Amino acid sequence: MDALKKELKENIIEQLNLEEFTVEDIDNDDALFGDGLGLDSIDALELIVMLDKDYGIKLTDPEKSKEIFQSINVLAEYVATHRVK
Amino acid sequence: MVGATPLYSLKKFHVSTKLNIQAWCSVKNGTVSCNGKKIVSTDNEQTFSEFAKQIYKEQQWEYPKFYKMDRLSKLTFMTAEILLNEVTISSEEKEQLAVVFSNKSASLDTDRNYQNSINSIENFYPSPAVFVYTLPNIGMGEVCIRHKIQGENAFFVFDDFNPLFLKQYAESLAQNNKATQVLCGWTEIDEKGYKSFLYLASPNGTLPHTEETITKLYTQS
Repeated sequence: MDALKKELKENIIEQLNLEEFTVEDIDNDDALFGDGLGLDSIDALELIVMLDKDYGIKLTDPEKSKEIFQSINVLAEYVATHRVK
Repeated sequence: MVGATPLYSLKKFHVSTKLNIQAWCSVKNGTVSCNGKKIVSTDNEQTFSEFAKQIYKEQQWEYPKFYKMDRLSKLTFMTAEILLNEVTISSEEKEQLAVVFSNKSASLDTDRNYQNSINSIENFYPSPAVFVYTLPNIGMGEVCIRHKIQGENAFFVFDDFNPLFLKQYAESLAQNNKATQVLCGWTEIDEKGYKSFLYLASPNGTLPHTEETITKLYTQS
């Protein structure tokens, strides 16, 4: 699970061009939106595409994405359970 | 209604609509110049993205949104940022600051990137973050957001730099009380290279706002 969390952080940094962040800067419990990483609605869409592309997870329910993008811990748990690649 | 003040007269316009060139800035081939002085000159072997990152760090802008912009927006933002940091414009004046930009390739540079992400049915992952930059005026919006500019704005596409059009359009805005100052210019990036040239037309300027002067500054930049 730790390897997946690190991989998710790396993917998020690369995909969202968070050039001022490193993997070490993101705590597993940090809020990804709002006061945490400060991501916006376009970033949320980009993360949905990333889940589809990298893990074969298709999110169609906006409420569900709000729930699973809470933190790296929550996201990793969801990806580990639902990934198809 | 005798003695009532018409609404239009409440707007705070300057009396003078005569525009001059107050400041100008250009970015091309790893070089940044402002008001005729070279302020950054880097290794021309750098890619545009490397160059933009270097300028961002050197200038200490602390605006992480910059990293998310496409190449045209970064070029536009960099040039405007350096130019606008050279002049003092009050928040009140920014309400009457218009922006008129132009280029040749519109947003083709980013359009191609986006097209590449949807070319293949097997690898069909359109990027929302790329898609939002598939218009040339988005970079102009980034500048307006950063500096809270609220005047009129327009982006035009021409085959070549068109100083006469910029002059006439800016003066028309001023004469019709649509703006008191106008940020004008050219911001172009494609596979072959990049060049931007922006200038501020303002009653506070000292250089004549003529086609000849605009052409001269653009050519020398």
